[in-house]
Amino acid sequence: MTVTELVPYEDALASYDPVMGLEVHVELGTKTKMFCGCSTELGADANSQTCPTCLGLPGALPVVNATGVESAIRIGLALHCEIAEWCRFARKNYFYPDMPKNFQTSQYDEPIAFNGYLDVQLEDGEIFRVEIERAHMEEDTGKSTHVGGATGRIHGARHSLLDYNRAGIPLIEIVTKPIEGAGERAPEVAKAYVAELRELIKALGVSEARMEMGQMRCDVNLSLRPNGTEKFGTRSETKNVNSLRSVERAVRYEISRHAGVLNAGGKIVQETRHFHEEDGSTTAGRIKEEAEDYRYFPEPDLVPVAPAREWVEELRGTLPELPRVRRNRLREEWGISEHDMQSILNAGAVDLIEATIAAGADSAAARKWWMGELARRANEEGTALAELPISPAQVARIAALVADGSLNDKLARQVIEGVLAGEGEPDAVVEQRGLKLVSDDSALGAAVDEAIAANAAIADKIRAGKVAAAGALVGAVMKATRGQADAARVRELILEKLGVEG
Amino acid sequence: MDIIKLTAAGIAEKIVSGELTAVQVTEAHLARIDAVDEKVHAFLHVDREGALAQARAVDEKRARGEKLGPLAGVPLALKDIFTTEGIPTTVGSKILEGWIPPYDATLTKRLKDADVVILGKTNMDEFAMGSSTENSAYGPTGNPWDLTKIPGGSGGGSSAALASYEAPLAIGTDTGGSIRQPAAVTGTVGVKPTYGAVSRYGMVAFSSSLDQGGPCARTVLDAALLHEVIAGHDPLDSTSIDAPVPPVVEAARNGSVAGMRVGVVKQFRGEGYQAGVLQRFDESVELLRELGAEIVEVDCPSFDLALAAYYLIAPSECSSNLARFDGLRYGLRTGDDGTRSAEDVTALTREAGFGPEVKRRVMLGTYALSSGYYDAYYGSAQKVRTLITRDFEKAFEQVDVLVSPTTPTTAFAIGERADDPMAMYLADLCTIPTNLAGNAAMSLPCGLAPEDGLPVGLQIIAPAMKDDRLYKVGAAVEAAFTERWGHPLLEEAPSL
Amino acid sequence: MPGITREEVAHLARLARLELQDEELDHFATQLDDIIGAVARVSEVAEQDVPPTSHPLPLTNVMRPDVVRPSLTPQAALSGAPAQEQQRFKVPQILGED
Ligand SMILES: [Mg+2]
Ligand SMILES: [Zn+2]
Repeated sequence: MTVTELVPYEDALASYDPVMGLEVHVELGTKTKMFCGCSTELGADANSQTCPTCLGLPGALPVVNATGVESAIRIGLALHCEIAEWCRFARKNYFYPDMPKNFQTSQYDEPIAFNGYLDVQLEDGEIFRVEIERAHMEEDTGKSTHVGGATGRIHGARHSLLDYNRAGIPLIEIVTKPIEGAGERAPEVAKAYVAELRELIKALGVSEARMEMGQMRCDVNLSLRPNGTEKFGTRSETKNVNSLRSVERAVRYEISRHAGVLNAGGKIVQETRHFHEEDGSTTAGRIKEEAEDYRYFPEPDLVPVAPAREWVEELRGTLPELPRVRRNRLREEWGISEHDMQSILNAGAVDLIEATIAAGADSAAARKWWMGELARRANEEGTALAELPISPAQVARIAALVADGSLNDKLARQVIEGVLAGEGEPDAVVEQRGLKLVSDDSALGAAVDEAIAANAAIADKIRAGKVAAAGALVGAVMKATRGQADAARVRELILEKLGVEG
Repeated sequence: MDIIKLTAAGIAEKIVSGELTAVQVTEAHLARIDAVDEKVHAFLHVDREGALAQARAVDEKRARGEKLGPLAGVPLALKDIFTTEGIPTTVGSKILEGWIPPYDATLTKRLKDADVVILGKTNMDEFAMGSSTENSAYGPTGNPWDLTKIPGGSGGGSSAALASYEAPLAIGTDTGGSIRQPAAVTGTVGVKPTYGAVSRYGMVAFSSSLDQGGPCARTVLDAALLHEVIAGHDPLDSTSIDAPVPPVVEAARNGSVAGMRVGVVKQFRGEGYQAGVLQRFDESVELLRELGAEIVEVDCPSFDLALAAYYLIAPSECSSNLARFDGLRYGLRTGDDGTRSAEDVTALTREAGFGPEVKRRVMLGTYALSSGYYDAYYGSAQKVRTLITRDFEKAFEQVDVLVSPTTPTTAFAIGERADDPMAMYLADLCTIPTNLAGNAAMSLPCGLAPEDGLPVGLQIIAPAMKDDRLYKVGAAVEAAFTERWGHPLLEEAPSL
Repeated sequence: MPGITREEVAHLARLARLELQDEELDHFATQLDDIIGAVARVSEVAEQDVPPTSHPLPLTNVMRPDVVRPSLTPQAALSGAPAQEQQRFKVPQILGED
């Protein structure tokens, strides 16, 4: 095998125009599998969620999961697709040990949804329209573990162990039309598309779409054509690119690689490639001696799906506001920049902040707590923000206590800590930990007097007009009151007692 | 009283009245199997203990005063294509040798719920591919009329079990004639119900859009009683009909053709039809006329393409249905020496586990579906299917039922057509159009061919969902012939 | 109709995962050729404007509610396995996608 020189990205773009095609598989969050009643719950014992149908036992037959079809239609509608009046499942025939029947029940030339688009917003606010070819229903495969080779890789393994719990879980495959015109922004467009699709799927409530859990997986098709030409070049298909960052890197890498091959006068081989997280590179899959021939034909064990138009319209009525539209609305309501909104989105905090505001907090406070203290805690614990044991209502209550002067930020952080530790509602934590701000002037007055007496030299400087020195006395008072004083009020009292204008 | 010669209806009556116990009946049939099955080889597996336990449960039920179903305690021979929890299911193939399913087919469950006593599993052409039962990996079955002759196929074990009095009831499956052709050549009754009438869940698939389970018996009424037990909607089979089962038992009890219009299909005679078969068929038509039916000749031109369409559709579907037999999850595994890959082990397993006819059809189906050929072969075959359905629709605008010989010839000799697949395929010439269109058909005896003294079958074909017409006509024909012959046809079979 | 070559038969056997013996390749080449020659008649209707029938029943929209049904126990699921390990189906090394 010859080693390809990678062409620097900018140089590649100077000569070539990338065309992409993205295929995304989404595992639906239905309770049961696509064609049998086995549970889809994660984390079960190996092969404990299997039955004759999803094991492909002789004689077993499939029956379509109605919720799977409904989810597919809702995804199609959200992607502005047409919904088929009549469509069928087909068998895609090929042998693979993780596929019990040795055919995948999928859809072929009659997808349930087709001809749509998804507008994605790039970081500078530009909208790029990605056209959708089709969205179709199919089923997932089982999981194999390779034993005997290095680090569970298939190469060098002596044998493999198969768990079919995942076999038959509903998948929706969403295929774009060729994405042209992205130019140098191709990697960004690819990433933004997958990110937007993920948000959309989550907003529809049809899947959690967690890429790290394999609930959403992306295949990246890429080809280059010389700038100014029309005809598509030969494409490569990079399989299982399973994070947003990887999508961007895979496109970038393939652009550089293709350009290298083409510049050297070589030909791109139409092949599948594997993406490597470690260095962002791709390598060729096994060369197949002959092209796959899937021998598709209509699945004779299932009858056609012909969604009534009334049902489709009813489902259209259940669609949520598109994530991009909602984000723009919220961004304006909250008065923040695209960049801040992007950070909030990346942190998974949009819903949480919105709910906190709905519970009475002002938007600045809601953003501050979720993106500050709580984001830090989530990060430390390696958990998602939404999984912290604190609710938007609780955060709103803490924000209210700060707003009415009962807490300062430092105390509020302690209240958050108490709530996270399971000590109860914010008010109970304040009560039990004794976190109320000392605002009683007589109590504060005594502390101020003590501080002045103990720091006579500093007090003299202040009297002499060096107001800035008051900070040291404020610090002493705060220390004496273990932080439970309102620092602004302490400062006022000090200046008052020393007869200085603030 | 010779228990084994009783009808299923007769046995059920005697168990209800207390004249016989289910255990007595079961033991009598097990004894018969012991006596003759070495010669006939109808069974691949006899479940002695299970059958007796089922029989005892029926007797206990009766002792407790519980109401018994219409076939409670009646023994049955189950084609080895239906899964039976805890009992081997081989589909006549080496690739499933020793496989014990962890689940019951819906049909198996229904039989058990009806207190039918399952004696065991019957021999068949491997994966139901064949018309002679010679394609069984476990050796051929003999025709009780002449053990050197084939008992039909694929359900030759079930038809032979009936004709040899090893069981009064049996189950078959019919993809291109596998219930009707065996019934015809053994002088028994077999019904292919309307597609979707009997659940396919747990019936090992050959060709999903054609396969249909159905009842086999020695009388029309017995077939109807069994039909009623096994038919009905099953939510586990997406292609199951969600509608009431036609009144088949009532029809079988009230046989009549008076005032009916009966169609004779022009296409079902000519070259390849044995003279004695046509003679008995013509006599049957004459009998129908005498019984008050109006005979109409109907033209179904597309039937000429039925066999060709069938030998594209069935192999195509089977090439996919049989892909799951890969040696990885159940059944045979060959060549796993620790160095070979899963791919190689699968290919070696399938090579060793499948017989020649199965391989031939898997190859044919793979070809017909492969890119570049799909439209010419599979696609065209599906169009033929539409044309055949239209021919039936047109015919049924003119007539209530159609009749034809069930199969062009009587039973041929074991080995005679083994090396000539095309000759073998002709056995299903008259039965295949019904499978392609999905409507219902029955075969029942209409006499012996004069030249060889072997049974000839009369096929009755009804529109989809009108299965009751088969029984109404069948019962009338059966009664008239029995009266004419002075006894049921099977009485003329030599004793084993 | 052109005859089916031995190479075509070998290709079909690979697609169908059958390790056919040499004699079988020759035998099937002849037999498939005969059978296909006979069934190719269906293409007489290829030009006709007739909708295909893939299924004898005019049913549509047969679906089940998304309700969990009991699965097999892992023991039952694995009961037919030629080999198993750690409650999983043990299969020979997979030459695959890596
Ligand atoms: Mg797919
Ligand atoms: Zn399942």
